[in-house]
Amino acid sequence: MKEIYLDNNATTRVDDDVFEEMRPYFCELYGNPSSMHYFGGQVQKKVDEARQRVAGLIGAHPEEIIFTACGTESDNAAIRSALEVFPNKRHVITTRVEHPAVLTLCRGLSKHGYRVTELNVDGEGRLDLDELRSAIDENTAIVSVMYANNETGVIFPIEEIGRIVKEKGALFHTDAVQAVGKIPLNMAESTVDMLSLSGHKLHAPKGIGILYVRKGVPFRPLLVGGHQEKSRRAGTENTASIIALGKACELAGRYLEDENTRVKAMRDRLERELLSLIPAARINGGKADRLPNTLSIAFEFVEGELILLYLSELGICASSGSACTSGSLEPSHVLRAMGVPFTCAHGSIRFSLSRFTTDGEIDTVIRELPQIIRRGREMSPFGRELLQKS
Amino acid sequence: MWDYTDKVKEHFMNPRNVGDIADADAVGEVGSLACGDALKLFIKLDEQKERIVDAKFQTFGCGSAIASSSALTEMIKGKTLDEALQITNQEIADFLGGLPEEKMHCSVMGQEALEVAIAKYRGGPIPTHDHGHEHEQEGEIVCKCFGLTDGFLKKVIAQNRLHTAEQVTHFTKAGGACGGCIPKIKELIAEVLGEQQQREPKRPERLTNLRKMQLIQEVLENDVRPQLWADGGDLELIDIAGSAVQIAFRKACAGCASSGYTARFVEQKLRELVAEDITVEEVQG
Repeated sequence: MKEIYLDNNATTRVDDDVFEEMRPYFCELYGNPSSMHYFGGQVQKKVDEARQRVAGLIGAHPEEIIFTACGTESDNAAIRSALEVFPNKRHVITTRVEHPAVLTLCRGLSKHGYRVTELNVDGEGRLDLDELRSAIDENTAIVSVMYANNETGVIFPIEEIGRIVKEKGALFHTDAVQAVGKIPLNMAESTVDMLSLSGHKLHAPKGIGILYVRKGVPFRPLLVGGHQEKSRRAGTENTASIIALGKACELAGRYLEDENTRVKAMRDRLERELLSLIPAARINGGKADRLPNTLSIAFEFVEGELILLYLSELGICASSGSACTSGSLEPSHVLRAMGVPFTCAHGSIRFSLSRFTTDGEIDTVIRELPQIIRRGREMSPFGRELLQKS
Repeated sequence: MWDYTDKVKEHFMNPRNVGDIADADAVGEVGSLACGDALKLFIKLDEQKERIVDAKFQTFGCGSAIASSSALTEMIKGKTLDEALQITNQEIADFLGGLPEEKMHCSVMGQEALEVAIAKYRGGPIPTHDHGHEHEQEGEIVCKCFGLTDGFLKKVIAQNRLHTAEQVTHFTKAGGACGGCIPKIKELIAEVLGEQQQREPKRPERLTNLRKMQLIQEVLENDVRPQLWADGGDLELIDIAGSAVQIAFRKACAGCASSGYTARFVEQKLRELVAEDITVEEVQG
């Protein structure tokens, strides 16, 4: 059974070209870039090239790129740095729909003397910027708002937010893990001070990320030790993965248009067909500006894990906002923050496409999913009236 | 992904007895859409109104909820109502070759639905632990999010020998949403443990062979297996010959590097509670 992989917001396939690019840096070109000999020096050159490629994708300068181990590390480094830079500012602003990498950190801070404001979203997953305007003050050290939400794909108005943040002299961080490679970003004309990116979301391997820190923005490292990354992130460079990420960013730039035309068209078709074939279905965040690859769709009266298990039997890989899949007992914090009714939140499925997705794969989902939902509803004590309709 | 057994998979892919019974003698409903799982159980009795001749279910829930419902209906068919009431949630899980601990609440839901159905049929007081239904409440609500009473939680804690608040959440969902009742859950565990210790049997002076075998089985069921479940493991009793006990490890215990220590732990427990001369041997079974 060949997998139909529609869970690209969870992780992506490493591109073959990316893998080829990194392959020599394990057994042959394994030198340490910090070494004084030619053998390390040639790796240093490739790391520099990777830094340029990453910077190129987001319109940054190479020296503004710090390689880290993952998106979570980048998020932690950014927020903790801001708090060290402004020891007297004891207020942090984020949103209720952030990734746990930011949200768990911020909630922990609230137990250590910080005031934490979590901005609300409306039913479509959009922020109310007036709430930000009234929450922010001179005591705010950092505002951290994701570029686009991982579950719904809803994109936040980052530049508008940045202008509000700058007026009050706070630092502005964005977790752009889901946005990079899917929509164009340009740090050269941006209000963002710090930005997190993760390699495995754009066809590079797991275990590599970056933190962008704008030139002139004060920064305190999370990891101290050696002088790597200009002492902003100690620890021997993960050279093979850094080189892979460079290649992945170069490719992402090249495929950006494809992502917003062909991939988006497949997503839109999937969405349209599922809505027309399945009664009592709704799109989470359907009226908001969304990433071109993400579809979060809720089916009433069927539990999400069951849908995923039945899809999985057919080789179709998706994810769910339901409680049961996560081991927690409440549906996703994102869907709850949006006020998605419990009846829908438990039955929410996320499909996330990539440039490797094909029309044939989308056809298979359109053919199979209506039967799966019907099967789940036939077992359910609720929503029996829908069975006559479909 | 959950580590479901093949039997769990088989039961959610091909659930037995899905549907309703128009002229059911007893119907038990537990759970709700908001909770994320719900089970409606239909029971048909024979003409003497003693034995269950048919059982069907409708379930809203995850794979293990469907599998637990399917298992329950298979297990109760042919049983008298009293026999059916003896079924514990652990037996439902065992029927399926075990459930991940986080999913044990699915088996508890099956047991609940059965109790509610039979209580309603018999016209006695209806067990009131089931979430958000309109029955009169017995006991005090501990978990407000899922509407669970102290009486229900104490029963599940005692039956399954739970000893951490996290386990109670996995078995009942209590404390799994806002977490506000976790201190109260810890108090309930302490209460139940206190009551159990008072009843804890001392090692008997002399044993017939038959009594010894019974006692070995009881100790494995009540004192040993629950502790292994807590770490995702399990064991099966293979044979008893005099004082030589043979066991096989299951789930996380099977192939675990420390299974030697676990076998010694089992031996120690049996020596402590049954007889000094017991030896435990691990076999492949």
